[in-house]
Parts: sequence; structure tokens; C-alpha cells
Amino acid sequence: MVPELGNFALILALCLSVLLAFLPLLGAARNNQVWMSLARPLTAGVFVFLSIALVILAYSFVTNDFSVQFVANHSNTTLPIYYKITAVWGGHEGSFLFWTWMLGGWMLAVAIFSKSMPDEFVARVLGIMGALAVGYILFMVATSNPFDRALPLPPTNGADLNAALQDFAFIIHPPSLYMGYVGFSVVFAFAMAALLSGRLDAAWARWCRPWANAAWAILTVGLALGSWWAYYELGWGGWWAWDPVENPPMITWLLGAAMIHSLAATEKRGVFKSWTVLLAIMAFASSLLGTFITRSGLLTSEHAFASDPTRGVFILGFLGLIIGSSLVLYAIRAPILKSEFGFGSLSREVFLLANNMILVVASSAILLGTLYPMVYQAVSGGDLISVGPPYFNAIFVPLMGILAVLMGIGPIARWKRTSLAHLRQQLTKVVLASVGLGVVLPVLLTMGVPLATIATSILALWIVFAMLRDIQTKIANKPTVLAGLRSLSVSYWGMTLAHLGFVLTMAGACLTSIYSVERSVLLQPGQSTELGAYTFRFEGTRPVQGPNFVADEATIVISRDGKTYKTLYPQKRLYTASGTPTSHMGIDGRVLRDLFTTLGDPRENGAWSMTIYIKPFVRWIWIGSIFIALGGIFAVTDKRYRQFKVKRAAAVSRSSATLAAEGSQ
Amino acid sequence: MKNLKLYLPVLVFAALAVFMWRGLYLDSRTLPSMLINKPLPEFELRSLEEGDQLLTTADLPNEPFILNIWGSYCLPCLQENPIFMAAKDQGVVPIIGLNYKDRDDAARYWLDINGNPFDLVIVDDSGRYGIDLGVYGAPETFIIDANGVIRYKHIGTIDYRAWEDEIMPVIRSLREGGNS
Amino acid sequence: MRFLSLAGGFVLGLAVLFSSAPATAQVDVFEFDTAEQEQRFRQLSNEFRCPMCQNANLTSSTGGVAADLRREIHRMIMEGQTDAQIEEFMLSRYGDFVLYNPRLTGKTILLWFGPLLFLIVGGWVTYSIIRRSAGKGDLALAEADVKTVGKEEGAEKTVEISAAERERLNRLLAGINTDSDADKS
Repeated sequence: MVPELGNFALILALCLSVLLAFLPLLGAARNNQVWMSLARPLTAGVFVFLSIALVILAYSFVTNDFSVQFVANHSNTTLPIYYKITAVWGGHEGSFLFWTWMLGGWMLAVAIFSKSMPDEFVARVLGIMGALAVGYILFMVATSNPFDRALPLPPTNGADLNAALQDFAFIIHPPSLYMGYVGFSVVFAFAMAALLSGRLDAAWARWCRPWANAAWAILTVGLALGSWWAYYELGWGGWWAWDPVENPPMITWLLGAAMIHSLAATEKRGVFKSWTVLLAIMAFASSLLGTFITRSGLLTSEHAFASDPTRGVFILGFLGLIIGSSLVLYAIRAPILKSEFGFGSLSREVFLLANNMILVVASSAILLGTLYPMVYQAVSGGDLISVGPPYFNAIFVPLMGILAVLMGIGPIARWKRTSLAHLRQQLTKVVLASVGLGVVLPVLLTMGVPLATIATSILALWIVFAMLRDIQTKIANKPTVLAGLRSLSVSYWGMTLAHLGFVLTMAGACLTSIYSVERSVLLQPGQSTELGAYTFRFEGTRPVQGPNFVADEATIVISRDGKTYKTLYPQKRLYTASGTPTSHMGIDGRVLRDLFTTLGDPRENGAWSMTIYIKPFVRWIWIGSIFIALGGIFAVTDKRYRQFKVKRAAAVSRSSATLAAEGSQ
Repeated sequence: MKNLKLYLPVLVFAALAVFMWRGLYLDSRTLPSMLINKPLPEFELRSLEEGDQLLTTADLPNEPFILNIWGSYCLPCLQENPIFMAAKDQGVVPIIGLNYKDRDDAARYWLDINGNPFDLVIVDDSGRYGIDLGVYGAPETFIIDANGVIRYKHIGTIDYRAWEDEIMPVIRSLREGGNS
Repeated sequence: MRFLSLAGGFVLGLAVLFSSAPATAQVDVFEFDTAEQEQRFRQLSNEFRCPMCQNANLTSSTGGVAADLRREIHRMIMEGQTDAQIEEFMLSRYGDFVLYNPRLTGKTILLWFGPLLFLIVGGWVTYSIIRRSAGKGDLALAEADVKTVGKEEGAEKTVEISAAERERLNRLLAGINTDSDADKS
């Protein structure tokens, strides 16, 4: 009975979405106040019914209702309750409901935090998001309904959640990833509203920036969590595999990064208007593409849900319709969005343009590599090739290197016009310091000439020293350093934090790739092995019982210079319901390096094979991502973006009108 | 001219969409064999029945035959067993079995209770010869011609349709045309 | 413990066929004579794709064939074969599918040079935009100096506003006037 209510809620949400997709947009076109004013209430209705559907699905999991096919496929009575709830997104149908609910959430947020925007604009934005909701809900109802029943003979127990998903990161990675991913539909809707109305001004850019930055920052967190999870779940020290399902959100992230920089220029200088719109469409398109690739079986991946060409055709059709029509609208309307202002050949605008160019080239290259095997197979009549990390790393790393160089100069260049003399004056010492230190430090520390490390150090120091130089210039006139630092805007600190995060992530990724070591050994209980400065002694295993698994847990004592440093407890688990074996590493994670061990297989006499890893600086990758996300949020917490400060703005305009009146007497 | 440039994104997207639509219907998981039209690799492996005797390519039939990779652990192999049994009863084509990464006693037991369609069973317990054949998981089936050259590979269970529409036509053309 | 390894072995065997087992670290313990050999082994295992897994390299696969292939690679390294010979071994049996680093052939030129092409085109487009914008001349930039930063574009030319917006504008103007009247009184 209850699952039927869930299905009904979905249908209701669909009906309301249809109304939302039609009436407000028509109302905006015809200046019909009533229809436009329906946008917010309809949005609330869509969100409410999607929430009801989601809660009912979670309820079905918690109450072990195995008559619901999705629950039977992804749950089990022995599954801990926190996994039962999160199993909602443990498979295609449920996760797609979750995705759609996220859209409802963003729509609601837009409906609430848009009081300072004109009704016409809000009506268009919500109407477009409503159109997206129609597509998503229709897809669910037609091909992937999470409430489908397993009648007439429901199983007595379910197949259990995939063992690899029974992990803490599963609770936070999909929600944050989806939240960021789906957030790009807000900016897309803003862009469409601009095209439909034919106007794109500084006010539009100011409204847009918080939404763009929020979605991008959240996506940063989602991606970082996925990387971290893969790292400690898969257990072989990898943190990014350039997998066909990982690549689309990376493309969205790169295009999103381009977009937030382009938006900054549009807001401050009124330039790059139509380009920003195109970026918004492309970023959103890449998020739809990600959904398509993951759920259609187009490309093979460990992450992909079970494939089904019917679903694939539906999503592709939807993708084609939405993106095709928005790109056509772009082609028709973009000429109207011309900017009047020019900029000099060394201005900050130029560096932002270059930044955009690199990011778009990187995105295109990743897309090329991801889709190439499919194209190759289609064109060559069945031959298969693979495109993997060697290719992507060869392409991506140099591009990021170029970006790093630009990142040092961009913030120093002034808007509109910058002279070479100014740049030279600011940056000469920075160049010397970063090259000098970047060469000397690695050479001294390694007593060799490690070229890759030197390149990484130079670029990292370049960006950091350029930032410090810029701060120094900005606070030069202030009485004290502290007063100076306080005088810098929150936006500026946001940018600084985000760029610093980039430095950390880049340095961490490069250095860990260069200096990670590992060793596989077969150890009897009591035997030791050495790696780096540490000694690892295996003390045997003991059986351990979990809620829905049994495991062998090993004890490994790590010592350094003869003194015991830490003990790790890696496990080899067998999940009883599904019969899946998994390996759980014992990990000592520190800021400067990670140390972990994974168990292999038992051999004779209690011996076990195991692998030991030392990975320097690997945590910097994720620490850097947190800085990037925080920086992205800070960049838009300036007062000018506060949507709910309308009263204060009115007070300011009153007092300034009074002053003006007094001044003219 | 400027306006035409603006249509570039939608054109690129349309091309991508067409490719992806075609891609949906491609099977990107089944590896095409690298050994078609190449001679069957040499081997020196023991037979399941004869125990110590080592078999080589010389022990294989001098007419077109089928080489089937199978194991007692492999459920799809059980599903195609009746087809092979029927073929053996009718004497349609010789079928040679390659027992892949299995245990002798389990393999013999499997043949006892399900029926043995193989004229000969070669044992590859390490999987080394399977690698030479480009095998990546049972069941896989090769068709080899009278000169010992691999002519066709089928991956996965052979059902009745596959037997009639794929396997038999190849066998017939090999018998008629020799090296086609 | 015995049950676990039997059960584990059985499950791994099934995983050969119904390969949706999660990729967890596979541990082989191979002996090498030199560190360089071990390095090569790791490198090669990372660059070859497991033929039967969803998308994993040989290092991280639990599939049966992957373990066999790692054994072969170890054997070939110990026999002194070169990387190129080992790659040839894999290619002749499994084809290009098994190379994560695609070979540069006529059919993959677009793949390998595509990004460079994108970069060149992107750079050229960027350059022409900069030239066009800077080429608006010093006069245009000087004029731009007169306009304050962030000012609405519509200030210099008449912009169509919709009837709804005109209503709103009137309301706002009326509001300011009444407010300032109220302040004065």
C-alpha cells in the first residue's frame, strides 16, 4: 500500500512539474502576472511530493518491504539501519529519484532566495527547472520506477547492498556529488532566462554568482569525497582512475571553474556575456551526459549501474532535446548579448579568458578520450581499444601546468588595462624566488636532480609567492599588517583560499605520484618487513564478526628506529548475504604522508600475503579540495550577493535620497 | 558569418549525440579474437582421460572441428552441454574440449553426470594455454579448419540459435571451400 | 579459516563469470632480483587492462585471468624480455583493448593530436578575441574609463523594458519619493 503512495506522489510531482514548465514561462512571455506568480507555489508542490516519494522509499527500506523490487535488490534484514536508509541511492532507480529530489531542492532554494529578482525572471528560471523535472520524473515513471513491485512472490530476504558500498563514504559522497552536479541546472536556468528575455546585465551576473559558486563548491566536495573513498576502499593507493563514470563530473567541474571565472568578469566588467551563457549550457550538458553515461551502459565502468539500451535512448533523447534546443536558442539570441567594453591586451580579462580556454581544452580532451573507444568501435566495424590513465595524465598534466603559470599572473593583472611594466614590477622577484627555491629545495632534500619534483615546486611556489606579493601590495598603505589583512574583502580571501587549495591539490597529486612506494610480501606471524624508515611486524590474524559479515583481522605493528609507532588492523571480510569478499585497509593517515596495509590471501601455516604502502602528501589532494570549496563559497559571501538584505538596501536608498535632497539645497 | 559560428556548438553536439546513439547498441564488452586466420598455437598438455600422455596439435582432427573451453564450475557451460551432446550423437562435427583451470576429479564427475560430448579433453589447469588463445572466461568456443587455422570464435553460451546461425554455417563453408 | 579460503576461492571462481565483484586489492607475492624489475612489473600491471573486468588494470583486478596475466608478466620480466616484447605478447592475444596507453596508429592520430589541436584552435580564438577587443583603440578604452565599473549596460542606450518592469519602476520611484517625504516631515 505504502509504495503505491510513493508512486502516486511521483505522478503528482509530475503533474505539478508539467504545470510549472508551461504556465510561468508562458506568463513571462505574455506578461500574465497570475501565471508568473504560480511559479513559486508550484515549485513548493513539486518539492513536497518528491520528498514524500523519497521518504516512502526510505521507509520501505527501513521496514524491510521486499515486495518493492528495488528494496529486494539492494537491502537485507541484516543490513545496518544507516545503510538501509542510504541504500535509497544504492542503485539506479533509487539514486535517480534522489537526483530528481535534489533538483526539487535547488528549485525550492531558488524560489525562496529570489525576492530581489523580478517576477518575470523568477518565473522563467523556475519554469525551465520545472521542464527538467518533467523529463526526469517521466524517465522514472516510464523506465526506472523505484516503486515497482516484486509481486506476486516477494522474496523473504533481499540481495543485500553491494559490499563495496557498505562504507561511511557512501553516506556522504553521492549526496554531495549529486547536490553539486544538479546545482548546475540552476545556472543553466538562469542562462536560459537571460536568452529568453534577451537581456543579460550586471544584475543578472550578481544574482547568478552565488548559485554558480555554490554548485561548483559542492561538486568539488563531492568529487573529493569520491576520490578519497576510492583510495581507501579499493586499497591499492589509487585516487583517480580516469574512469568513464569519473570523467563527466570532472568535465563539469572544469567547465564550472571556467564559468565562475567568466561570471566574475561579466559581473565586474560586463564582458564575456554570451560566452558565460554558453559555458552554463555546456556545464549543465556535461552533467546530463554524466547521468547518461552512468545509466545507459554506453561505456563500461566499475561504477556503472546495470545497463539497458532503452533507458539509454530515453536519456539521450532528453539530453538531445534540452541541450539541442538550448544551443539553438543560444545561436539565435547570443548576438543580442554583446558587451560594449573592451579590454587591454594584458588585462585581467585576458588572463581569465586564457584560463577559460585552458579549462575548456582540458574538458574537451577528457571528453575525447572518454568517448573515443566508442567512436573507434563504431567506425572501425568492431575493433576495440582502451583509453586509460596514461593518455589522460599525458594530456591533463601539461594543461594544468599552463594553468598554474597563468594563475600567478591573473590575480595581479588589473581589470581593463595592465601594463607590462606593472607586471614586471610585481612579478620579477616572484619569478626569481620561485625558480630559485623550486630548484634548490628538491635538490637539497633528495641529493639529486628530480625534474618532475622541481617543476612541481616551481609552479607551487610561483602561485604562492605571487599571492603573497599581491597581498603585500594591497596592504602596503595600511597601518598594521593585521589591519591590512582585515581590510581585504571576503571575496578576495575566497579567491586566495581557492587558489591555495589548487596549489595543495596539485602539489599533493604530483608528489604522491612521484614518491609513493609499496611492497607486497608473504609474512608468517612474527615476521617483519621494512619499507622506507618503518618496520612492519605481522602478528597474525583473529576472526571478527560484523553485523553482516565475517572477517579475518590482522594485527600489524609498525615501528620506527626501534620504537613502536602504531598498530594497524586490516581486515579481509566476507559479506554473508551476498558472498562478496572485500579487503579493508589498516591506515595511518597523516598530513605529510599516509601509511597503510591491505591483506591479500591466507597461505599455509597462518601466513598471509599483504601489501604495504607509503604515500607522501596524498592527503594534500583532499585538504586542497576543501580549501577550494571553501574559497568558492567565500568568494560570494560579500554583502552585494545577499539576497535577503532587500530591506537594508531600501534603507540605504532612502538615506541616500535624503542626502541627495539635502545636498541640493 | 559570425552568426554561423554560433551554430557550431549545436552541430558538434548533434554529431556527438548521433555517435552516442549508435554506441548504445554496440557491445563493447566482447573482445574480438586476435587469432582469427592464425594457426592454433602449439601446446603440450595432458589429456583428461589418458593421464600421463601429452597431447599436441598433431592429436587434433584433420578436418574442421570445434574447440570448446569449459570448466565444471561454469554454469553457462552446463547450459550448452545438451547442444554439444546432440551434435556428438549425430556425428555432425568433432568437438574437442579444453578443460580450463579446473580440477581433474571435478571435471570427470561433471562429464559423468552431464554427458561427455568431447572426442578429446585437453587439460589446461594453469590457464597458460588459455592465455595463448586469448581466453578470458569460460565458455568460449573456437572453430578450427582442416589445416589447424582458427577461423571463428564465439564467446559465451552457445544456444540453439547460435549453433544454427553461426556455428554450422562456418563449419559447412569450411568443409566445402577449404581455406575461405 | 579453511572455510573462508574455500568459500573465497569458490566465490572468486564465480567472479570469473559474473564479474561484478568489487575491485579490491589483489596481492601477489612475486620475487624479483632487482628493484628495477619490480618497478617494471608494477608499471606494466598498471598499464594493461584486465580483459574481463568492467574497467580495471591488472594491478587492481581480482579476476582469474588477471592473476594469470600478472604471473606471465612476472615470468617474462624474469626471463629478460623487454617491455616492448611483453606488450607484443599481450597484443597478439588480446588486442588493443588491453592497452590503457593506446598505440599511435592511423586510427588514433585524432586521439593523440586532438588535444593539441584544441589547444592551438583555442589559443588562436583567444588571441583574436584579445586583438579585437584591444583593437577597439585607445579612444574606446578611454571612453570606457569614463563609465564607472559595474554600471548597467543600458545606461547609454535605450533599452526596452517590459510593461511589468515599467510598473515596478514606477512603484519603486513612488516609494522613494514617499519615503523621502516621510523623512522630511
